[in-house]
Formats: sequence, structure tokens, C-alpha cells
Amino acid sequence: MSEMTAAHAQGAATAQIRESYMAQTRRKRLYGTMMLVVFVALMASGFMTAEARNAGGFWGGLHQIGDFPAALLSEAGEKLSELPANLVTYFPALVETINIAAVSTLIGGVGGILLSMLATRGLALWPRMIPVWRRLMDVMRAVPEIVIALVLIFVLGGGPVPAMIAIAFHTVGALGKLFSEVNENASLKPVEGLASVGANWSQRMILGVMPSVAPNYLSYALLRFEINIRASAILGFVGAGGIGYELKNAMAWGIGRYDEAAAIFLLLFVTIVAFDQLGSHLRDRLTHGRKEELLA
Amino acid sequence: MTMAADIRTADLKAGAERLFRTKRLTAIALPLLVLAYLAYAAVAFDVPGLLGRANLENGARLISDTYSYKTHVERDNRSGVVSYAIEGERKGEYPEGMTPQWVSVAGGVTTVHLPMGHEVRYYADHVEYDVPDYGTIRATPGNGGVNASFPPGDLPDYISASKNRVMVTTEAGRVTITRNRTEVFRYSWGWELFFFTLDSPYHGLAPGVLLGRALNGEAGAIWHDFWYNPMWHHADVAWALFETVLMAFLGTFGAALVALPLAFLAARNFTPLMLVRQLFRRIFDLCRGVDALIWTIVLARAFGPGPMTGALAILLTDTGSFGKMFSEALENVDEKQIEGIRSTGARPVQRYRFGVIPQVTPVLLSQVLYFFESNTRSATVIGAITGGGIGLLLTQAMITQKDWEEVTYYILLVVLMVFAMDAFSSWLRRRLIKGDAGGH
Repeated sequence: MSEMTAAHAQGAATAQIRESYMAQTRRKRLYGTMMLVVFVALMASGFMTAEARNAGGFWGGLHQIGDFPAALLSEAGEKLSELPANLVTYFPALVETINIAAVSTLIGGVGGILLSMLATRGLALWPRMIPVWRRLMDVMRAVPEIVIALVLIFVLGGGPVPAMIAIAFHTVGALGKLFSEVNENASLKPVEGLASVGANWSQRMILGVMPSVAPNYLSYALLRFEINIRASAILGFVGAGGIGYELKNAMAWGIGRYDEAAAIFLLLFVTIVAFDQLGSHLRDRLTHGRKEELLA
Repeated sequence: MTMAADIRTADLKAGAERLFRTKRLTAIALPLLVLAYLAYAAVAFDVPGLLGRANLENGARLISDTYSYKTHVERDNRSGVVSYAIEGERKGEYPEGMTPQWVSVAGGVTTVHLPMGHEVRYYADHVEYDVPDYGTIRATPGNGGVNASFPPGDLPDYISASKNRVMVTTEAGRVTITRNRTEVFRYSWGWELFFFTLDSPYHGLAPGVLLGRALNGEAGAIWHDFWYNPMWHHADVAWALFETVLMAFLGTFGAALVALPLAFLAARNFTPLMLVRQLFRRIFDLCRGVDALIWTIVLARAFGPGPMTGALAILLTDTGSFGKMFSEALENVDEKQIEGIRSTGARPVQRYRFGVIPQVTPVLLSQVLYFFESNTRSATVIGAITGGGIGLLLTQAMITQKDWEEVTYYILLVVLMVFAMDAFSSWLRRRLIKGDAGGH
């Protein structure tokens, strides 16, 4: 008798669980549908707004999308013999673009290391200043490069240096944040050991923290370098030297000189892909190579 | 036995010393290499030449313009009419009969009070400028140019006088006298006419008074005068900000929608066919490798300038990035869940929906939201190239080279916008991913 009531009660409990599970599922499905509807509505209205604000519409322009690349390619094809000469002409500009990216990554990396150490709990020189440095990194990250570049072009005149400073400024903020995340996972024991023998702050950081975090730093810096190559090409387009500037000029020449634009496109594309592949290979070595060494 | 141990110790010691030597060498060589590279870059970038060309005056003007503005008091020396205009712009002109507080008109004499005791007086036929600790400069513009007399002694540096033009630039302001007109610049703090222009009835009212009027049913009119302020164009700026966010939104989420199905075709565990997989991977590489800059230029030819072009450029670049990242995430899914779903007799679509999507959603979503935030910044740059959004306003304001207070305003807005997007995307990430983790 008592067994039967127990089974009955259990059945009721199961039914209740089932009921509440179904209710939860229904609620979740409702939320999911609602979010989907909101998202679709946002996308559709956003598309229509952008469509209305654009000079040429999406549907009107869709069939022309191949026109410019076709013109570019056919002209480049006609003047194929001049391609090597064009590549040689624009190679120095490409080197300048890469130099801008490399110098700004170096300077930004050093600044990022310094700021990240100042902004990590346990490592900071002045613990009370941590929020200040964090905010500073946020602001440096938030200011788009183009803003600084344009202001500096006004003061310093056109050329690679404004772009370099602008990208370095942004890089300090971006790398600083990533580096401080790495620092949080670094062991504090070497730092304490060095502190116990009377090392000052910079010695503690360079000898105690740097060796353990250097591979991660390097990996992030390489990734940033790839991003900075793209950024320096774009900044060239607004007047800061390098291959972007040449591209702008070549585009302004218009039909008849598209072979030069095609050569620049080619250079830029090959560079980006090459550094992308090289960077991902090196990063792979940095993060996984060490593990294999340890296991071996 | 001891011999062998000794040999091993000696070997180890030699090895350790070699390691130390290499390390010591790299410790010196690496910074030297970096320094050498920086030195090369300094030469390649022509830094000395740049320092020579740098226009520090531009910089000083830029900085002073960001926190101050000037009001022009101009007297036409032929007709004798005095006009007042902020920044000398038509839109900033004082209406007829209205003068700034620091100007007094009495008996045909217009007196301009400048800070620090400086005073300029316009008489009917001549101008007097009292400079404390120096004396009174008196100038009579006439047919033969400007006839000026100065206190005895050498002319100070801040006065430049010629037959046709007298210019006095002090900390208090600037006075220029030529045959045709006399002009005083008076500098003031702040951003001029930020809320209301001079022709609005609400100009110069205290916030309390404004609030009172707003409560009395004038809120609409007050808002209208502020929102359509002809100097600062608040409505247009707000729209430009929205357009920038729109570009980032359409580009990022559009790319995610395109990349998701394609990522299945590029993932090893979902597409066993090597050819298809390689084809889609190469497509992703191509999209990523052709930079947003090139996409923008190519697309602007087809779609013309505007936010749609920018959105599509972001969409194409990010389809490449998302495709790569999504397919990597898909390759890392746990097969056990899919197997479990399969054991219930689910069809492939159902297996994807209930076995794969719940696993990868948090990863994908957080990546998409990170990109959304960073694309808000990219959209500013792309807007400057393709002509849309706040990037366009920014470059336009910079090209005029005088509205630096507007440039400062836009920069502030861009930074605030990026902050807001950052906060929003991390809030959404926390909400959605936590909700997902709890649900499954």
C-alpha cells in the first residue's frame, strides 16, 4: 500500500519535472524566436536604410560589381609586359608601408609592455594607479588611427611619420590589454624571489616576468604586426605615405593607367597573404613548439 | 664510476656555459638589432627633414582652437558700420542691434574691452588701442593707407606696421587695421554657440530658465533649435554616428550569416571531400587577403559612395576571417554529442541543429561580438575613404583646417561611440553566453 503511494508520488513528481521542463523549453523557444525576429528586423531595416543613403543602390550596383575588376584586369593583361617594371617602381612604397607597420609595432610593443606591467595586479609599481593605466589603455585603443594620423598630417605634413605615430599609439593600447591578460597568468614566485634579494622594479620585471611571458608577447605582437600592415596601407590612402598613397594616385589617374593600380593591388595582396602565413606559422611554433620541447 | 660522473658534469657545465654565452650574446645583440633597425627607419622616414618642415604654428592654432573661439569685431572704414561675428562666419553673426557684452557703444564711439585691461576704441575717423604698460596706439585709415602713431621708443615685436597695414597681436587679442577695415579678434573659452545660435531666442539663457520654459510647453521649440543648430548640426552628426554603427552592424552580422554555412564546407569533420574543403579555404584566404581598403575601392566603383559600400567591404573582409575561425571551431566540436543525437535517429539537419550549433554558439558569438566592436572603429576609417558616417564628417572638418573645435567634438564622439560599443558587446556577450551555458 505504502509502496503504491510512493510510486504514485514519484509519478506525480516526474510529471511535474516534465511540465516545468516543457515550460522552460517553450519559454526559451519563445525568447529565441523573439530575438531572431528582432535581429532579422534590424538587419532588414538597416539594409534598407543603408540602401537609401548610398549613392548607388545595392541591386542597381550588383551587376556592375565585376566591371571595375574586369577593366583593371583587362588593362593589366594588355600591358602585361610592363607589370614587372611597375612592380619594381612601387616596391619602395611597399617597403615603406611595411616599415611603418614594423616600427609602430616595435614602439607600440615596448609601450604596451610598460603599461601592461603597470596595470597588472601584483606587478604594478604603484598599485593605486592601476585603474588610471587601464583607462589610459582603453582610451588609446578606442581612438581610431585615422584621427591621430589626420591631425598629425596637419601639423607635421604628409609622410610616414604621422602614420607611424598614429598606429603606434593605437598599438600601445591594444597590445597593453592583451599583455596584461598574459601577465595575470604569470607566476609571481620569480618576482618575489628577486624582490627578496633587493632587485628594483625594472629588474624584477625584466628578469622575473619577461622570460615567462615573452613567447606569448611575441605571438600577440606578430598578430598585431599583420593588422598594422593593413592599417598602414589604409592610412596611406588618406595621405600618410607608403603604398596606400601610391594606390590613391594610381586610382586618380583613371582609365589608361589601371595597370599601375593592378600592380599595387597585387603587391598589397601578396604582402598581406605572405605575412599572414608567415605570422601564423611563427605563432604556431611559439605556442605549440614549447610544449613539444617539454614533452620530448 | 666517479670518472663517468665527472665527465657528465663537465659536459653539463660546458653546455650550460655555452647556453649562457648565447643568452648573453642575444641579450646584447637583440636590442642592438632593434636600435639599428629604428635608426634605419628614422633615415628612411626622413625624420630630420620632417622636423624641419613641421609647422608648429599649426599645432598651436589647433590646440588653442579646441578650447577657445574668437569673435570678430569688424568696422568697415568706408561706411562706418560695425559688425560682430563669431569666428567671422555668417552663421555666427550677431543680429542687428545686438552686441557682445564686452562692447559698449556711446556717442558714436565703439569701445571693445579686451581682457587684461586692453581696450580698443573705434572713433569716426580713427582707432585707438590702449595697451597697458606701453601706451596708446593711434591709427587713422585713409586714402594713403594707414597713418599710425605709436608711443615713443622702439616698436615691440608684437606690432607689425607698414604703410598699408598695422597689426598688433597680444595675449589679449589681435587688432588689424587696413585702409578698408579695422578688425579686432577677441578670444573666449569654450565651444561657441554649441547649444543655440544667436538667432535663437534661447541663446544665452541659464539652464534653470530653459528648464522652466521647457516645462511651460516650449520643450519642442527648444529641442528643435538645439537639434538643428546651424553651426554644429547636431542632427546630422547623430545620423553620421548611427550610419557608422550601421556599417559595422550590417558588415559584421552579414559576414557571420554568410560565413556560417560556408564554414561547414571548410571544416575537416563535416566535409570529407578535400577538393571542396580546399576550395572554400582558399576563398576565405582571398577574402581576408584582399584588404578592406581594396574591397572599399572596388565596391565604391559599383555602388557609389555611402554606408552600403562600407558595410559590404566589411562584410567581404570579415567573411574571410569568420570562415577561417568558424571552421576551426567546427573542427574542434565534441563528436560525442552528435553521436548521441544520431542515436535517437535524427536527420543530418537535426544533428547540426541540436548536436553542433549549441556547442559552437558561445564561441562564434563571442568572436562575432569582438569583431563588431572593432569594426565600429574600422567603419570610421572606411567611412573616411568611401564617404559615409562620422569618418566623412571628420575628414571634411579637417580639410577646412579651421573648425578644430568640431574636429575635437567628433573625436570625442567617436571615442565615446567605441566605448559604448565595447560596453554593449561585452554586456551582450556575458548575457548570451551565460544564458547558453545555463540552458544546455
